[in-house]
This record gives sequence, C-alpha cells and structure tokens, in this order.
Amino acid sequence: MATTATPQAVEEKVVEAIAELGAERDEITRDATFESLDVDSLDIVELSQVIEDEFGVELKGEDAQRLKTVGDAIDLVVARAA
Amino acid sequence: MAREGAALVTGATRGIGAAIATTLASEGWPVGVNFRSDAAGAERVIAAIEQRGGQALAVQGDVSDPDAADRLCAQVEERFGPVMVLVNNAGVRADNLSPQIDDEDWRLVLDTNLSGPFRLIRRALRPMMRARFGRVINIASIVGQRANPGQANYAASKAGLIGLTKTVAAEVARRGVTVNAVAPGLVQTELAAGVDEQRFFEAVPARRAGTPEEVAACVRFLASEEASYVTGSTLTVDGGLTA
Repeated sequence: MATTATPQAVEEKVVEAIAELGAERDEITRDATFESLDVDSLDIVELSQVIEDEFGVELKGEDAQRLKTVGDAIDLVVARAA
Repeated sequence: MAREGAALVTGATRGIGAAIATTLASEGWPVGVNFRSDAAGAERVIAAIEQRGGQALAVQGDVSDPDAADRLCAQVEERFGPVMVLVNNAGVRADNLSPQIDDEDWRLVLDTNLSGPFRLIRRALRPMMRARFGRVINIASIVGQRANPGQANYAASKAGLIGLTKTVAAEVARRGVTVNAVAPGLVQTELAAGVDEQRFFEAVPARRAGTPEEVAACVRFLASEEASYVTGSTLTVDGGLTA
C-alpha cells in the first residue's frame, strides 16, 4: 500500500533514500544540489524507484533529469501525488 | 552461492536454455524456468533439477508480450526472492533472404529476441541495483557479429542485443551489476535444425557443433562471483569459427 505523500513524509523518505545512496545526512537539506551531494543520474533513478514504491508516484526520465536540488524532488513528488 | 534471490532463464525448456537452467541450479540458485508453450518440457527440466537437490519453478510467458517481464519476475520473486541472475535465452528464427522477410517475421524476431530481453533487463535491474549485485547474461549469436545470409532479422536482433549489453553494462557497473553476452556458433539444438551441417563443419576449426552444456559453462562463469570485473563483454563460443 502506498504511503500518503504529505510534504513531511516525502521529505523524510527522500532524505533517508539519499543518505542510503551515500550522502552525509547533515548535508541533505532542501537547498542542497544533487551535484553537491555527489548524487548522480543513476542515483536519481534509484531514488525515483524508492519514491514510486513508497508513494505510488512515477517519475519519468525527463522529470528526474530536471531535478537540481533535494527540495525540487520533494516538491515534485508532493505535487504529483496531490 | 550464498546470496539471496534466484535466477530466471527464459526459453528454458530445451537446448541451451535447459542446460543453463540446470547448470545454475547446480550452482545453488533457485531457478525460474520460463516457457512459452511447452509446459511438459518445463516440468522435465524442473524434475531434473529437483532430482539433483535443486529448486525450480515453471513460469509461463511469451517474452514478446510487453506484460511478460513484470509477470515473470514477480512470480519468481514471490517464490524465491528477487531475480539476481537473469539469462535472456529465449529466441526465435524466421529465416529468409531480406527481400522475402515480411513485416510479421521481422516483428516476431525483434520482439522476442531484443524487445523481450530489454523489458526483462529494465524490470530486473531495480532489485539488482538495490542489492548492489546482479548478473545479466544475454544469449546472442555469432550472427550478431558476422554475416549469415538469410538471417537479416535474426542478425539484427542479436547485434542489437550485443549493443544493449554494452550500454546497460556501462550504466550499472558501479552498482556491482554485470551485463554480458554469450555468442554461440552452431550448437546442437532444435533451433539449429536444418543448418547444412557438412558445409558448416568444414568452416569450424573444431570440426563439430558445440553442445548446450558448453554454452551453459560460459553462463555459469559469467553468473559467478568470480566474474565480477567482466562486464559489457561478449564471450564467443563457436569452436573457433569467427577466430
């Protein structure tokens, strides 16, 4: 069952997933860019799979490619789920 | 083999696929034995595996069907856990000289031999990437690398499979997932029936056809832990034909 994509739930999951990809947890802020976190395109594919499994929100390739910051990812998922 | 998960071999009821399924089972992998229509053949392969103490499950599906990838992987996952070794073996031929290949025979061969493997790879990579381990082995053909008049559709599908292998390998290498191809020459199987053997053998330095077991041995290596630095490669198994 998909979790309801509240802004808080999405932020928690996104931060957790990015940390699992190897980024330092205290550096994962809304304004942090994926580039600064050393999160590459393949990491973003994995992140979008985690999001899809958790919230039932599918992020297509072009959506994922537009994401620059952690906040972008959270906002997009929340907007898509609404 | 101490890992969780399973192997999935498409087209595993006879010939090379059956040998691969049996070999991977003997390495300790529970095996999803995919078949399209030959349920009795799948049962024979499973019986042989179980007789040697292995585990196997028959999973029906035509890989040219766009829905098959998810269904096959889900069935294996439910019984044995995620697919950690995917062997895209299912293949068809519809030989003719190019001017005589109709759209249906083009589509059938490309859908089964190339689109089917792509969809299975796309589906299976998700759990492999998360596990930081995975083995994809695509059964190509020397015809994907060298001309064989009468097989334009088959050659295009197998060359495409080799290109797919290389690119996906480069994409996922840093996740511990390897993607390789095996390119058999003439092997004693029903698919190769009708080939003019005498003419062919004269061109083969080994002077004989290969056996399904000789192809399966290559797959066993590529699926092993030891092959962790081999990716994007095509291992030719052809008795020296293309040497």
